[in-house]
Amino acid sequence: MSGDASLFALFTGVFLLLALATLAAEALAERRPGPVTANLRARVAAWWVMVVLLGLAFVFGRTGVVLLFALVSFAALREFLTLIVRSPADHHALVASFFVVLPLQYLLVWADWYGLYSVLIPVHAFLFLPVVSALRGGPRGFLGRVAETQWALMICVYCISHVPALLYLEIPGFEGRGVLLVAWLIFTVQFSDVMQYVWGKLAGRRPMAPALSPAKTWEGFLGGVGTATVAGALLWWLTPFGPLPAGLLALMVTVMGALGGLVLSAVKRDRGVKDWGHLIGGHGGVLDRLDSVIFAAPLFFHVVRYLWSLR
Amino acid sequence: MLRRLAAVVAGEAIALLARFLTAPRAIWSGVAPEAGQRVYFANHTSHGDFVLLWTVLPPALRAATRPVAAADYWLQSGLRRFIGRDVFDAVLIDRRPEMRTEDPVAQMVAALDAGASLMLFPEGRRNDGTAPLLPLKSGLFHLASARPGIDLVPVWIGNLDKVLPRGRMVPLPLACTVTFGAPIRLAAGEARDAFLARARAALLAIAEVQT
Repeated sequence: MSGDASLFALFTGVFLLLALATLAAEALAERRPGPVTANLRARVAAWWVMVVLLGLAFVFGRTGVVLLFALVSFAALREFLTLIVRSPADHHALVASFFVVLPLQYLLVWADWYGLYSVLIPVHAFLFLPVVSALRGGPRGFLGRVAETQWALMICVYCISHVPALLYLEIPGFEGRGVLLVAWLIFTVQFSDVMQYVWGKLAGRRPMAPALSPAKTWEGFLGGVGTATVAGALLWWLTPFGPLPAGLLALMVTVMGALGGLVLSAVKRDRGVKDWGHLIGGHGGVLDRLDSVIFAAPLFFHVVRYLWSLR
Repeated sequence: MLRRLAAVVAGEAIALLARFLTAPRAIWSGVAPEAGQRVYFANHTSHGDFVLLWTVLPPALRAATRPVAAADYWLQSGLRRFIGRDVFDAVLIDRRPEMRTEDPVAQMVAALDAGASLMLFPEGRRNDGTAPLLPLKSGLFHLASARPGIDLVPVWIGNLDKVLPRGRMVPLPLACTVTFGAPIRLAAGEARDAFLARARAALLAIAEVQT
């Protein structure tokens, strides 16, 4: 199948799944009205919007996908800093994170400058932003403040930027089809999230980490990761991998995704909030929806780059 | 005509920028976003306060709601005049008693009598300190005495002070909330200080509501 035909097939499948989910959510909401089914309906409705947005970005190719994820990073960073920001002394460093580091990172991804975008935040921003904070403000809580800023940038900008970076991998026999890699990654990881939710609601008993998140159970984790791994393997025809490597990669990204959800739950719990924000109806904030992708994308990028790509 | 069109476009652009920077969330905890004449009175920590309040109002309410703002600031330059008068249709009052040609309360009453709702910042100046709320000026009381039948809706604008701290030029994008509390009215025979204390308590009560 050509790249466009594969993408068309995937989106058709996703639209069918969403249509089924919509019917199921409507039926459940009718039978058992209440906050849980209302939330389910809101979640499904938000999925439609997210899928259409991603599809639109795909239509505009590399530039569209880079732009979409730059905006997603912006919203994620806004959410993250809303929970951590305290000292006015960091105003300049934080403004620079938003209006210099973030656009520069995505500009470098767009220009395919791998050598610089892979060190911009871990090296240059890491060294430079504390200097700004030190020059502008006092030492009170300094290490905590600069560490939180760095963490926010790593999570919200650096990790997320590895999703559009997938478009630039040069894989023999897979030229011009990078969008499929993005589609496969996002589908597999998000499908795992959905199936963890479904398995958790249906069969969840033993909590994984009760101190972090009451909703996450071993049954949900194993069921979700298992189902999405099988789905990822069955979708091998979208990727440059065979069925077995596709399944192994799916296992890797779904496990990483679940762990990412746990880590970001720990941050939320520490700050005393349930959700990161309110931007996505039923889901919470951008970070609530993307926590899994954030942890899966950089690892997936580097494994594929090392094992399949020319560079 | 062209000026009117420019004002509408500028208004939408300002609202879009406010949404981009602060993803404002309106929490209608004590009152519904319904049409009806009201005086919204809010805490004042930033130049952007009335812009954010204006942004979260539904379009129909927005068109009928005028901010009360300082003439000495908004008449200073051509651009400010355009934004203050044409875009926001502000009721411009002079904060300096010695320069006044019109009584501010009379100006607000005239706007109410013409059918408008108002946005008012009864602290009288921007709160740059650490106290959550400054003492309220008596303007709100005089307005309530003149038109006691109008609902006074307390509004708490949360987090905007951190978006643009004093003396900073570039705003920091952070999520903000705008919480609308239950309306209050001046009770028959209620004294000035008792009423202002009640209005202040109403504001501080919704400051706690936001998550």
